[in-house]
Amino acid sequence: MSTKLVQKLDRVVIRFAGDSGDGMQLTGDRFTSQTALLGNDLSTLPNFPAEIRAPQGTLPGVSSFQLHFADHHVLTPGDRPDVLVAMNPAALKANLRDLPRGATIIVNTDEFNKRNLAKVGYAANPIEDGSLESYHVHPVALTSITVDALAEFTDLTRKEKERAKNMFALGLLSWLYTRPLEGTESFLKAKFAGRPGILDANVAALHAGFHYGETTEDFSVSYEVAPAPMEMGNYRNITGNVSLSLGLVAAAHRAKLPLFLGSYPITPASDILHTLAGLKRYGVVTVQAEDEIAGVGAALGASFAGALGVTSTSGPGLALKAETIGLAVSLELPLVVIDIQRGGPSTGLPTKTEQADLLQALFGRNGESPVAVLAPATPADCFDIAIEAVRIATVYRTPVIVLSDGYLANGSEPWRLPKTSELPDLTVEFATEPNDVTADGEPVFHPFKRDPQTLARPWAIPGTPGLEHRVGGIEKADVTGNISYDPDNHDKMTRLRQAKIDGIADSIPLLEVDDPSGEAEVLVLGWGSTYGPTAAGVRLARAIGTPVAHAHLRHLNPFPANTGEVLRRYRRVIVPEMNLGQLAMLLRAQYLVDIQSHTAVRGLPFQASEIADVIAKAARPSVAESMKEMAK
Amino acid sequence: MSITDLGLPTNGSPVTGQPLSGVGHVPPLGEGEKLSKKDFTSDQEVRWCPGCGDYAILAAVQGFLPELGIKRENMVFVSGIGCSSRFPYYLDTYGMHSIHGRAPAIATGIASARDDLSVWVVTGDGDALSIGGNHLIHALRRNINLKILLFNNEIYGLTKGQYSPTSRTGQVTKSSPLGSLDTPFNPVSLALGAEATFVARTLDSDRQHLSSVLRAAAEHRGSAFVEIYQNCPIFNDGAFDVLKDRTEAQARIFYLNDGQEVVAGDGEDQRVVVRDDRGVMTVVPRSEADPARIVIHDEAAESPAGAFALSRLDSPELSTVPMGVFRNVRRPSYDDMLRDQVAAARTGEITDADIDALLAGKDTWTVSGSA
Repeated sequence: MSTKLVQKLDRVVIRFAGDSGDGMQLTGDRFTSQTALLGNDLSTLPNFPAEIRAPQGTLPGVSSFQLHFADHHVLTPGDRPDVLVAMNPAALKANLRDLPRGATIIVNTDEFNKRNLAKVGYAANPIEDGSLESYHVHPVALTSITVDALAEFTDLTRKEKERAKNMFALGLLSWLYTRPLEGTESFLKAKFAGRPGILDANVAALHAGFHYGETTEDFSVSYEVAPAPMEMGNYRNITGNVSLSLGLVAAAHRAKLPLFLGSYPITPASDILHTLAGLKRYGVVTVQAEDEIAGVGAALGASFAGALGVTSTSGPGLALKAETIGLAVSLELPLVVIDIQRGGPSTGLPTKTEQADLLQALFGRNGESPVAVLAPATPADCFDIAIEAVRIATVYRTPVIVLSDGYLANGSEPWRLPKTSELPDLTVEFATEPNDVTADGEPVFHPFKRDPQTLARPWAIPGTPGLEHRVGGIEKADVTGNISYDPDNHDKMTRLRQAKIDGIADSIPLLEVDDPSGEAEVLVLGWGSTYGPTAAGVRLARAIGTPVAHAHLRHLNPFPANTGEVLRRYRRVIVPEMNLGQLAMLLRAQYLVDIQSHTAVRGLPFQASEIADVIAKAARPSVAESMKEMAK
Repeated sequence: MSITDLGLPTNGSPVTGQPLSGVGHVPPLGEGEKLSKKDFTSDQEVRWCPGCGDYAILAAVQGFLPELGIKRENMVFVSGIGCSSRFPYYLDTYGMHSIHGRAPAIATGIASARDDLSVWVVTGDGDALSIGGNHLIHALRRNINLKILLFNNEIYGLTKGQYSPTSRTGQVTKSSPLGSLDTPFNPVSLALGAEATFVARTLDSDRQHLSSVLRAAAEHRGSAFVEIYQNCPIFNDGAFDVLKDRTEAQARIFYLNDGQEVVAGDGEDQRVVVRDDRGVMTVVPRSEADPARIVIHDEAAESPAGAFALSRLDSPELSTVPMGVFRNVRRPSYDDMLRDQVAAARTGEITDADIDALLAGKDTWTVSGSA
């Protein structure tokens, strides 16, 4: 019956914002799921306070979920929302400054009462005072319409009916962007399986929202975003933390090792513990330890016993685990340490993203204590990084620290499903027999006799007859592993441990540079989660005719073997980081190359436009450089 | 390569049939196979101070382990930091000398990952009760199948003589020149308060008693906590001398024998432990004791109250020292239950197809045609 206009769009950025109890994360999640199933490319940014229920209606209590979807490849959740759904005055006020003029705002007018307006310092109602003139505002009485639509549900209280307003909003947005509702219906069926009244009310609210869009005159146009061209295959939408968890399970399967997670709850890493705790069917063992130290201790113990020991945490937890990671360096046993970085120092910003643990991961232990350090680039890449971490840990018998962050952990994107049988074969060989002979020619097991290629020591697990041995944190004699305080031996062992980690570079891909013009004088080099905004910024810069090269580091220790050579190829190297220049410091120190460090620690990912600006400025030769050029 | 069975999953639930012993899933020695003390002696030179109580404990443990009748390669000794923590180096089993206080946490991982290992923790009063206090109490409450031997010499030895969490109040040490201000822990009371299912105390120099306690600990399924009074001849010499003098010991030590009266001394000097209406225990001469109130030791009592009351008989002067197994009750061990959960969830060998299905999850879509 709808005779309304349908317009085609190539991309849309929507932000759902409300009180932290309004269900905005769920609403965003469902909209994302519907969008993924339609085949759009997408990227998401959940942004919420650390408090579970921050004071109602206040600015610190605002929780939001941003989604960018398009008919083409998407790299970021979008700089500025085209549409804001504001469930109350606080949500409007907190998010308005991010909106470009002309953006669409859907507001829940029911919440724009005197009390709520005053709570966030609005003297007058912004919906009525003309201050939103430059936006397309759709005032919708979301709460009361939802309650009216649920009039027949006489068993439910008014409060329970009000709670369904997020489903009404989701229905309305689903109409507006032509999204199907079936996925959400079956999701609700599973969620409220035991509460038929609540289930029916939510489904009814969802449909009511959809019909409201269809019939009200306030919305004259609806939109379509065509599927994005993607490589053939099966896809799902995935967040970084789930992707990392599944990567660990797949890697353990390919290594034929039981996966053992020792962990302590900490934001934003807890979802890894939750996900893996639910996968016992796959032989996964999880121990929720008494503290961070015990989490990594149990993981290391499990590795000693022949399992794949993993621990997951965030920055403060990594600090607590430092001594045990040092022990793992000394014992030379596999250990995977996942650090989902968040704002620091100390408790910092638990729910916000940052990349300031890079130096802690590299150097935050006593003594010369080198470990491998990796960082995933996108939520889906977390899967591949988990597999790479397990490969390095098991082949080189070393701790590997994976630096994800809050943005990757909770953000999501479509992921093309790999075939398990095509994942790398990570089969591990335990030592089973003596590997040396004594002076008398007797066969003997020497726990620190290294593989000449990888410098890894044998992994001899308890239960193997004849290989009984002791390991410990005291310096060990080369080869035999006996306690040794000999000065030359310590010097040798320290260098061997370093050489082993450095040697990992032989097994990792070279740093690839993307420079379609071949004329770039400026290189942007990112690491970790800055991949999306950096690539998008590079795309913008190229679109306005600025040649720029782009490279991205997934291996932070050791760096790819050609890193220095790549850096030296460019007149200027820009390194954007969500810290105060940690990678820049490492690159300068290691390669004696100057780096233009671009940094921000706002708890949010970079915006593509910000990176594009930095590139544009850097690409223009400075006055001094121009004069030098002229003088030639 | 050879595939080693890591013991995951296991059907070793102690729910059916005979209750499991502490070494229930550990492979026994083959027919006619026998190990001796020599098999457990590593080639490393023992480096404790002359006269250290640790020598006696090492000899007792090396002498006792063959009794277990299990394969040597399936034993793991884990220690933290301190004099006692050098212990694993001197035993020819698998071993790890870890970091200060963390042995129970590391051993938790080992025991949880493998049910075919006999896992022992060797620790000291500083290691277990100070820096590692948290791990100790949590290992005990979870009842992980670990045998925890706490060598208590009431001093920091390896760092050369500072007071420890079991040093007596007022003790003058390098770091307490005017006397320690700390109230010491009573390790037995602490373990009982932490829900330990097996708690015992013994003495380094009493080889026979030490061995009998080790035997009971090894038999116990779950965490077994054994406090061993141990003499440090350098920094706290003679702390337990009164218990090593035959006459003094007879008067002071109350051996705990299940089902028997708790008594010390002989004949007219005999003293007995009696319990008042509130459950508080005191020591009185037998002649003054109401026979109905004399405590009959019940190590398997469901409530830890009796064991706790016994542990409170301790005094700084060591005038009343209960010795033996305070508590020995059955509760499913954490690692067994963990394996049971995994075993119950599993449906068979995990195939590539299973992992494919896991990765796909519930909401997938297909892109066909070329990009």
